[in-house]
Amino acid sequence: MSERIFQHTRKTALTLIAFAFVFTTLLAYVFQITKAPIAKAEAEARLALFRQIVPESMHDNDLLKDSITIAPNDLLGNKQASIANRAYLNDRPAAVILEVIAHDGYSGDIKLLIAIRADGTISGVRVLTHKETPGLGDYIDIAKGNWIKLFDNESLTKTSEQNWKVKKDGGLFDYMAGATITPRAVVKAVHQALQYFEANKQALFA
Amino acid sequence: MSDFKEISYNGLWKQNPGVVQLLGLCPTLAVTTSVVNGVSLGLATALVMAASNGAVSPVRKFVPDEIRVPVFILVIAALVTVIDLTIHGFAEPLHKVLGIFIPLIVVNCIVLARVESFAAKNPPAPAMWDGFMMGLGLTIVLAILGGMREVIGKGTLFSGLDLALGPQFKQFVVTIIPDYHGFLLAILPPGAFLGLACLIAFRNWAEQRKSNPAPQAGGALKPAH
Repeated sequence: MSERIFQHTRKTALTLIAFAFVFTTLLAYVFQITKAPIAKAEAEARLALFRQIVPESMHDNDLLKDSITIAPNDLLGNKQASIANRAYLNDRPAAVILEVIAHDGYSGDIKLLIAIRADGTISGVRVLTHKETPGLGDYIDIAKGNWIKLFDNESLTKTSEQNWKVKKDGGLFDYMAGATITPRAVVKAVHQALQYFEANKQALFA
Repeated sequence: MSDFKEISYNGLWKQNPGVVQLLGLCPTLAVTTSVVNGVSLGLATALVMAASNGAVSPVRKFVPDEIRVPVFILVIAALVTVIDLTIHGFAEPLHKVLGIFIPLIVVNCIVLARVESFAAKNPPAPAMWDGFMMGLGLTIVLAILGGMREVIGKGTLFSGLDLALGPQFKQFVVTIIPDYHGFLLAILPPGAFLGLACLIAFRNWAEQRKSNPAPQAGGALKPAH
């Protein structure tokens, strides 16, 4: 009797192992052949995003390859090191693309991509991810509205310190009624990114 | 009715996973904000179901009863991962939209339910057909629900087709109601519940009409003796 139980258990275990082996092999194979297309697709998606805020005429280097790792900073809102991509034209610094996180959105973090030209003006801002209320706060997303283009060509010199706020708070930036928290967070994050850029310009293009 | 015909009828109408068995509601409700999203996830599910039914059926006699559930889950999880990786590699924007819901096909009850109740008892060809038809039944429900929510919520149809098939398909996006400001309720989760309820009600109504046809004109007025 115990002999039969033993045999049965062994057969069951071996069957499970056989299945695990076959399907792990299948997965490993598929992973290998899709690795390159996935990496390519992700790079393309990223580059397409960069294209929106750093036009091709502004640089002649490979944006994806020219990146530096920057230490976490309160002005950027991140707790982990982030990647900054740099644009050069004729070997002169043209712009830098920073990843910034705004923690004070209406629901969850708002991740932004901000391109700042070497002269300190903004080339473009895009929202990477957000969880703002659909239909209310999501107009910060370029897919839902052009609001984010307000920041184009803004800078610390063009708009003074006390004006880097939404209109409701006495600043210069327009917003849509019903959702002030979201644009307030974005305006603050962009403002802080500009301050970070002013303070770390040398290091960013080093 | 032949076997295959009956299987199709079961999957598409009689045992439709979306509106009769009510299995796999999580993706049904979450992704159906547009036709394209609904159909994409539906077809991915159908593919997984056909493949997992097809993979389990030939080996059904070698799988001891005690380990059949782990083996089935293993098969389903592997196949879903294959599809997830493929979509990620070859349709990146679509992957971004469907996101978490592709890996979640693994835990969609309908897949395991068909493997367990059909593939484990039937030969490969009918089993694959069953998986595909059940998936197609779900796809149709997702497509109709997606269409309803998209038209009511956004006033368009087939938006996002370019994400699934490539930028040249952008011209097929139909604007049903021009200059529409959107009706948020339809896009948000409650709209999914309301829409699904309408579909279930419609199916029940159609089924009821079929089983006892409306009385002849005048029949209702027959005097009681």
